[in-house]
Amino acid sequence: MNYFQLFHLPAQFELDLTELGTRYLELQRQFHPDKHAAGSERDKLMAVQQAANINDAYHSLKQPLLRAEHLLALRGLKISNEQRSFMEPAFLMQQMELRELLAEISEAADPYPLIDEADQQIQQQKKALLRQLQAALDANSPEQDHQAADIIRKLKFFFKLQQELELLEQQTQD
Amino acid sequence: MALLQIAEPGQSAAPHQHKLAAGIDLGTTNSLVATVRSGEAKTLFNAAGQDMVPSVVRYTADKVIVGHAAAADAVLDPHNTIVSVKRLMGRGFAEINSDAEHIPYQLVDQSGLVAINTIQGIKNPVEVSAEILATLADTASQTLGGELTGVVITVPAYFDDSQRQATKDAAKLAGLNVLRLLNEPTAAALAYGLDSGQEGVVAVYDLGGGTFDISILRLKRGVFEVLATGGDSALGGDDFDHALVSWLQQQTGQSTLSHSELRQYLVTARQIKENLSAIEQLDFVLPLASGEFKGQISRADFDALIQPLVRKTIRACKQVLRDAGLDIEAIQQVVMVGGSTRVPLVRSAVAEFFATEPLTSIDPDKVVAIGAAIQANVLVGNKSDHDTLLLDVIPLSLGLETMGGLVEKIIPRNTVIPVARAQEFTTFKDGQTAMAIHVLQGERELVDACRSLARFNLTNIPAMAAGGAHIRVTFQVDADGLLSVTAQEKSTGVSASIQVKPSYGLSDDQVATMIQSSMLYAKQDMQLRLLKEQQVEAERVLEAVTAALNADAALLSDAEKLNVEQALAELAKVKQGDNTAAIKAAIEHTNHITDEFAARRMDISIRSALQGHKVDEV
Repeated sequence: MNYFQLFHLPAQFELDLTELGTRYLELQRQFHPDKHAAGSERDKLMAVQQAANINDAYHSLKQPLLRAEHLLALRGLKISNEQRSFMEPAFLMQQMELRELLAEISEAADPYPLIDEADQQIQQQKKALLRQLQAALDANSPEQDHQAADIIRKLKFFFKLQQELELLEQQTQD
Repeated sequence: MALLQIAEPGQSAAPHQHKLAAGIDLGTTNSLVATVRSGEAKTLFNAAGQDMVPSVVRYTADKVIVGHAAAADAVLDPHNTIVSVKRLMGRGFAEINSDAEHIPYQLVDQSGLVAINTIQGIKNPVEVSAEILATLADTASQTLGGELTGVVITVPAYFDDSQRQATKDAAKLAGLNVLRLLNEPTAAALAYGLDSGQEGVVAVYDLGGGTFDISILRLKRGVFEVLATGGDSALGGDDFDHALVSWLQQQTGQSTLSHSELRQYLVTARQIKENLSAIEQLDFVLPLASGEFKGQISRADFDALIQPLVRKTIRACKQVLRDAGLDIEAIQQVVMVGGSTRVPLVRSAVAEFFATEPLTSIDPDKVVAIGAAIQANVLVGNKSDHDTLLLDVIPLSLGLETMGGLVEKIIPRNTVIPVARAQEFTTFKDGQTAMAIHVLQGERELVDACRSLARFNLTNIPAMAAGGAHIRVTFQVDADGLLSVTAQEKSTGVSASIQVKPSYGLSDDQVATMIQSSMLYAKQDMQLRLLKEQQVEAERVLEAVTAALNADAALLSDAEKLNVEQALAELAKVKQGDNTAAIKAAIEHTNHITDEFAARRMDISIRSALQGHKVDEV
């Protein structure tokens, strides 16, 4: 299923999220099971499936990584659920350094400067990678698509780091 | 007074008819029924003039008593008087034991599920709840002067799949058509939202008798979007009462209590709690077998007792804000729901945490039933021009057991429902034709720390070499928050059969048997009811397909159209008769004939749904 088509939006990485949200609600207003509560059993079942599809499509387009993956899947390159180990020494080294920084946070007497530093690094890297991702996807060539796939794999590390950092920050506050 | 409706023979007056629908708040302590009349949602009163019915059921040798009369007997006959049954819904026998000290009746193990031994034999929580629902529905039918077409029943947002399913089973047993299970906080927001045209982010803090829910909703032009929900399905005002009972025991020096003494302590505790909401200091009298015990308690004493419980709710509020990705400043309003929010410490703690005075203008005991009534009126089709849209979420993550007793999440909590997620499995032995899958609900990583929902056996997998068969299992959660599972082998397209064994629920067969053996229905009524259900469904199918034909006959070839028309004519004819099985078969036949037609229509409608927009508009 082409999620961009469902929302009548152009199949590209850059997306107007407000417009996506508006169109999502417009679709749900028509297909949500509540609109078919008085229908026959079959109609109710179809409404559930349709609304689930719309929810899934919205969920996938809303988040940049899932959106990029969907875009690549539409171009015939599937990377979700892959079990591929990632090798690029410079990148792995950088990840290790960030992990060490995170480990320091939980032991530090005053963790806030370290939290800010880690956050800044992660945000910077993420931003840079997202820009690269956009450029690669906009090029729309098989070679650039493989580039994009690699960038997505890298970004996943950063999104994970960010989650862990947020968790650490919460624990510090509690 | 409505004008007489005149309909041509064979033509139904149904589309214009006001259908009777009600919202039911099936609470731990009290239950209510409400409906929309003349555009206004109101709770309904029974013959005795009460709208709040205690959720208490007493079984005597030959009768079942529900509500105030049963509550009055709780001290007299504690073994056969079931209170707070909601806490037992969808729970396993082994899970309840920790609470057993507070339960005066005898709990028994009904093949893993908890049930109660009464003078009328073993009753499970579904049966007990069905008695309460039937009583409320009866109040509604009598007040409204007709049978209910459908009901909306509210459940705590935090209820898991087993607890929701048990609630739906209870409604089935009570003979009710459930339009939707609605989350209580959503219902409360609906009641407030429509009243005041509220826009913005609101928190709904719902502290009932036995459950605590906290939900964050975004309200915008009729859309109620649940951003996150959390809470504790075993924390409520009852725990305040029990804290007071322990305190009272310290005062009287009675370390052990008989069942009826415990009841008496609880009654006094509840009086103390309610009184201390209004005054600072209270002199109370506790009637005991040995005479009266006179004592004194201040609000500060009470606050100290319940402080740990209230703090627990505030911690849950913090967590849910995090889940919603919001700061406290983002919350514009806080809606208070549940009788326990009358406790001053609760109000001040909530006001302090959210830094805003909570809304209490609608009676916190009635706000949920009122919201449910509003939604029931919409769902039954009385308000076709309505603009509200409720987007709810699944409260707890769904996952599968993987190697080493770990849980792999397939649908994370706070995902908008309905939702469907597929997972692929492969065989690990040559010629393997069956596979076992264990579904769990919860946030923890270990199987033992999550709640077991069901075990599925996939059978009839085509025999292939190891790793050759790919079975795609789809987990679907509907708008009621209920899970269903389908499976298909990918290369052959063969549907694998699924045998569902709910871990803490009743199978469809068990529910059917319960309905048949229920005292609520004589055998004849039962058959009539089944016939009527099929007739109603036949009518829905006829209406839906006729409307589809009128709108989109162009999508069918002449031969296809003829087939559909024949199926409809046959269904219309069979519907007039009293052969339940034949009506069922005719419905299935019509569905089968029109499946492709329905799919084509859905396809077109989804493509034209956003017709106003062009791709290049952005």
